[in-house]
Amino acid sequence: MIEPIYQLRDLAKEYNSRRVLSVERLDIRQGEIFALVGPSGAGKSTLLRLLNFLEPPTGGSIRFLGAEFSASRPVPLQLRRRVTTVFQRPTLLNRSVWANVRYGLQLRGRRNAARQVEMALEHVGLTDLARQHARTLSGGEAQRVALARAMVLQPDVLLLDEPTANLDPYNVGLIEDIVRSLNRERGTSLVLVTHNVFQARRLAHRVALLLEGQIVEVADVESFFQSPRDPRTAAFVRGEMVY
Amino acid sequence: MRGLAQAIHLIATRDPALFEIVVLSLRVSGTALLFSTLIGIPLGAVLGLSRFAGRRLVIALLYTGMGFPPVVVGLFVYLVLSRSGPLGQLNWPAIPPLFTPASMVVAQCVISFPLVAGFTMAAVMGVDPQLRHQVQALGATRWQTTLTVLMEARVGVVVSVIAGFGSIISEVGAVMMVGGNIEHRTRVLTTAIVLETRKGNFDLAMALGVVLLGLSFVSNVVMLYLQGKAFTE
Repeated sequence: MIEPIYQLRDLAKEYNSRRVLSVERLDIRQGEIFALVGPSGAGKSTLLRLLNFLEPPTGGSIRFLGAEFSASRPVPLQLRRRVTTVFQRPTLLNRSVWANVRYGLQLRGRRNAARQVEMALEHVGLTDLARQHARTLSGGEAQRVALARAMVLQPDVLLLDEPTANLDPYNVGLIEDIVRSLNRERGTSLVLVTHNVFQARRLAHRVALLLEGQIVEVADVESFFQSPRDPRTAAFVRGEMVY
Repeated sequence: MRGLAQAIHLIATRDPALFEIVVLSLRVSGTALLFSTLIGIPLGAVLGLSRFAGRRLVIALLYTGMGFPPVVVGLFVYLVLSRSGPLGQLNWPAIPPLFTPASMVVAQCVISFPLVAGFTMAAVMGVDPQLRHQVQALGATRWQTTLTVLMEARVGVVVSVIAGFGSIISEVGAVMMVGGNIEHRTRVLTTAIVLETRKGNFDLAMALGVVLLGLSFVSNVVMLYLQGKAFTE
């Protein structure tokens, strides 16, 4: 069996000595779409920040691509650059759409990236807007640019933090299709944070419920929705209050 | 009106005395601005982007510096650089003696770098903090993140440089005190205006004033041009 892309052990994160996340054990597999669901404030976004190595954990470790990282052992830049995140509210640079998509490649010192930028824009269906200024885009277009600027980096892992929370159904559909094809065609591992259980059900292979910083249940999408083991999962899936 | 006419005449005839003064003014204030920018932009970026113990104190000092009367700066630099002052008596070659253009550069630096740093800080703080996180998530190092935020705040950063330049090209008190308004050596536009007015040469004073105004207008136009399309975007 292939080694999981992430292996989390006793991972904890505290802010001002208040514990917001405490994950005893969690593996994320190569090439899967893993959905994290849970109410807001459950620690989903915190977990994503740790998975993107934007912050060090307070305790425990993350094993990523064969190397182990913890509070005292930070991630080298090369490995951190194998992961990127698309956020709920994309903040684009005050430049053209094209320059925004090229930006991450530029950070990596890669020139002659025109072809890759073109392909990424094509993938999200925004070729026509390449020369347009990023500030003039609609919410859905901006989110697709954010997706393109992440895809162009060909990351091993793409983290999605409520990527469609503010969007209309048309753009939600577009983005879900792009995400699915990214996973199928390139084998990109995806971790999707959402409070929308329907989206998790549509996209994910496996789902985890996060409550008050702790993982309640991890299961295949079928069993998570059809036959949840934990009563809190059952309640959450039914759309009831679980806290 | 006669002042304006004489100003045009002096410029048209390339009056050597006028040109000497203009060149020295630009050299002194330009050098001071260069140093202020080199100190002020990084300082403003650090104050705007990071949190450390004593940050508030530094900002309070900076705000005080932004409103510092040039005469007081002149007095301070005068005392520090004078023969018996703490730096003057060291007699190091790197420390400029009083009544030289270099000492005027020092004084003008002290006046303008707080303005550059303060306005840069404000501009940087005006950039959406989310942007920093997203840029980091795309793989930016700290250094790249800072540069990107400065680029996003470019309109404000350029304004900070313009404000820095405006504060020193038009300043009299410090250059008068530290430079001494010595003909051919430390006489700049503002001190020349004071002198000519005192002598009753109002036409010449007016002419110099017009030149000064023109200079600051031209420098602002150049800055706006450098800022490029940032305003129209």
